[in-house]
Amino acid sequence: MTNLTPTTEPSIGEAPEQLAAVADALGEKPRSALRAMLPTLTPWLIAGLSLIGAITLFGIIGPFFVQDPTIIRNIGLSAPSVDHILGTTQTGQDVFAQLAYATRGSLEIGLLVGVLATILSAFFGILGAYIGGFTDEAFSLFSNVFLVIPGLPLVIVISGFVPPKQRGLWTIAVVLAITGWAASSRVLRAQTMSIRNRDYVSAARVSGERSFRVIAVEILPNLLPVLASQFVFAVIAAILAEAGLAFLGLGASNSSTLGTMLFYAQNGFALPLGAWWWFIPPGLIIALFGTGLSLVNFSIDEIINPRLKNARLYRKRRKVALRNAAAGPRSTITPPRQAPPRSAA
Amino acid sequence: MNYFLRKLGFYAIALWAALTLNFLIPRLLPGNPVDILLAKLQQRGGIVTAETRRAYELLLGGNSDLPWIAQYWDYIVNVFRGDLGISVTYFPAPVSEVISASLPWTIMLVGIATILSTILGVGLGAIVGWKPGTWLDSLVPATTLLAAVPYFWLALILVYAFATTWRLFPGQGGYDVVLDPGWSLEFIGSAITYGFLPALTIVIASIGGWLLGMRNMMVSTLSEDYILTAEAKGLRNGKILRSYAARNAMLPSIAGFAISLGFVVSGSIVTEQVFSYPGIGSKLLTAVTNNDYALMQGIFLYITLAVLGANLVVDILYGFIDPRTRARS
Repeated sequence: MTNLTPTTEPSIGEAPEQLAAVADALGEKPRSALRAMLPTLTPWLIAGLSLIGAITLFGIIGPFFVQDPTIIRNIGLSAPSVDHILGTTQTGQDVFAQLAYATRGSLEIGLLVGVLATILSAFFGILGAYIGGFTDEAFSLFSNVFLVIPGLPLVIVISGFVPPKQRGLWTIAVVLAITGWAASSRVLRAQTMSIRNRDYVSAARVSGERSFRVIAVEILPNLLPVLASQFVFAVIAAILAEAGLAFLGLGASNSSTLGTMLFYAQNGFALPLGAWWWFIPPGLIIALFGTGLSLVNFSIDEIINPRLKNARLYRKRRKVALRNAAAGPRSTITPPRQAPPRSAA
Repeated sequence: MNYFLRKLGFYAIALWAALTLNFLIPRLLPGNPVDILLAKLQQRGGIVTAETRRAYELLLGGNSDLPWIAQYWDYIVNVFRGDLGISVTYFPAPVSEVISASLPWTIMLVGIATILSTILGVGLGAIVGWKPGTWLDSLVPATTLLAAVPYFWLALILVYAFATTWRLFPGQGGYDVVLDPGWSLEFIGSAITYGFLPALTIVIASIGGWLLGMRNMMVSTLSEDYILTAEAKGLRNGKILRSYAARNAMLPSIAGFAISLGFVVSGSIVTEQVFSYPGIGSKLLTAVTNNDYALMQGIFLYITLAVLGANLVVDILYGFIDPRTRARS
C-alpha cells in the first residue's frame, strides 16, 4: 500500500470530476456547476421537504387559528373530540392549541441555535484551517476538547447555576450553541484543508487577493453543501437538546416548547392515566421534523460524497438493464441492441 | 511524536479543560451558590463552621479574599484528593460516596446498551451496504426516524406500552426494592428485568446512527480496487464482506465513537429520569432541583472523567487496529 491517506474519506473537491464521469457513462450532458450543487429530487428528498414544510407551516400559521392554549376548563383529560382535536390536559387546556404554540417555540430555538452554532463552527473550522500553523493547531485542539466533553451534563450544570428568573430564551440558545459547534467545526476543517491547497486558491493568493476575499469567494462556495448539512444537523441537535432540557424542567423560563409540553405531561401523570393524546403528539412532531431534516441531509450527503450518488445511479442503470434484458427475447429479429443501456433517466 | 503519547497528552488537556470549566462556571454565572448551600446545610442540621464555608467557597467561589490563582490551586488540590464536599441532598454523605454508589448503575446500563447497539448497528449496516440497491437498502432512510426520536419520549412510549398497558416489565426503579443489593442471583435477575426498558430505549435511539454511518462507508469501500481484486481472486462473498469490506468500512465508525458516546450519555441522563433509575443521571437532576451545587459539580466531573476514559481506550485501540494513524504521527 503506497496510499497512506485513506481514500475512503471523500472530499468535496472530488465531486465535480466524479460526477462528470458518471454523467459521461450515462450519456448525460455534464451538469453546470450550480446544478451540481443542488440535490437531485429523489422521493426521499420530497418526503423530507414536505415533512419540514408541513411542520414549519403548522408552527408559523397554526397559532393564529387555534384556541387560547391557556384557558382552563372543567373537562380535564378528556379524549380527542370535535371541540378539542387532540383532547385536553389535566386542567382542561386544549392540547392542539398548545401543540401549535410549542411547535413555534421549538422551531425558533432550533433555528437560533443552528445559526449560532454554524457561525461558531465556521469561524473555528474554516479560519483555523485557512491560516494553518499554530492557529490551526490551537483551534483544532480547542474544538476537539469541546467535542469530548459531554454536552448535556455541561448544559445541565450551567442551567442549574443560572437562577430560573434569568434563564431566558437567549441564555439557553447561547449555551446550546457553545456546547454544540465542535463536531461540525472538525468536518469543516477537514474539507477546508483539502480545498485550501488547490491550484486556484493558491493562484488567488499569489495574485494578492486579501484573505477575506479568498475565503469568501474561492473557498466558501465549495463548502456550501457541507455548511448546509452541518446547519441541518445543528438544528436537529438543538431541538432535541432543548426538548431534553425543558423536559427536565431546565428550559428557558416563560417559553413554551415541545419539551415543556412533555414536562407538564409527565408531571400531570399523563402516562399512568393513559392520556396518550397529551404525550404522543409533541414527541412525534420532534421525531418527524428531525426525520425530515435528516432526509434532506441524505441528499446533501450525495453532493458531498459522490460515491453515494454513484451507488444510486448504478442501481438505476442496472434496473433499466434488467428491464431491457427481459424485453430482449421479443426483439430477436432486430439486430442486438446496444449492450449497456445508456440512458437511465 | 508517538501516537499514544499524543493521545494521552490530548486527554490530559481535555481533563484539565473540564476541571477549569467546573471551576469557572459557578464563578462566572449569576447567583450566590455558597449562601444557598450553607442555608440548606443548616436546615439539615449540619454545623456551619468557618472551615465548611471556606471549603465550599473553594469549590464554588464567593466572597473569598484569596486571589483567583490561589483559589484555583486549592480547588485542584482538593479535587485530586477526592474531596468534593458534602452533599446537601443526601446529608451527611460526602459527594464522592453518593457518586460511587450510583456510578456503577449508569456504567453498566450505558456500557451494555452502547456495546449492543454498536454491534447490531455496524453489523446491519455492513449487510445493507454490501448490496446497495436492494429493497433492504432503500429502507435505510427510514432509520433516520429512530435517530431523530428524543430519548425520553421513546422511554415514555416504552413505559406506556410495556409497563402501563401490558405490564411485561417494571417501569420504575433499578431493582426490586424488597431485595438487598448484592451479588445474589436473584438480585442480578431483578436488575436485568428492571434495566431492560432503559437499555432498549438507548439501543433503539442510538442504533440508527451506527447503521447509517456503516452503510455509507460500505458503499464507499465497495468501489475500492482491492475489493475488485478480491473478487477477481475468486474469494467467497462472505470472506470479502468480512475481511475486506467491513473491516475497512468500520474504521470511521470507531473513530467517530467519541461523538456518539457524548450523545448516548446525554440521552441516558434524561432516560434515567423517566425510569427513576438509580444511576448518576437522576442523581444529577436531583442535585439540580435541590440546588446541591457540590453534588452537581462532582457528578459533572465524574461523567466527564468516564467519557474521557472511554474515549482514550477507544483511541488507543484504534491505534492498534489502524496502523496508518500511527504511521502518520
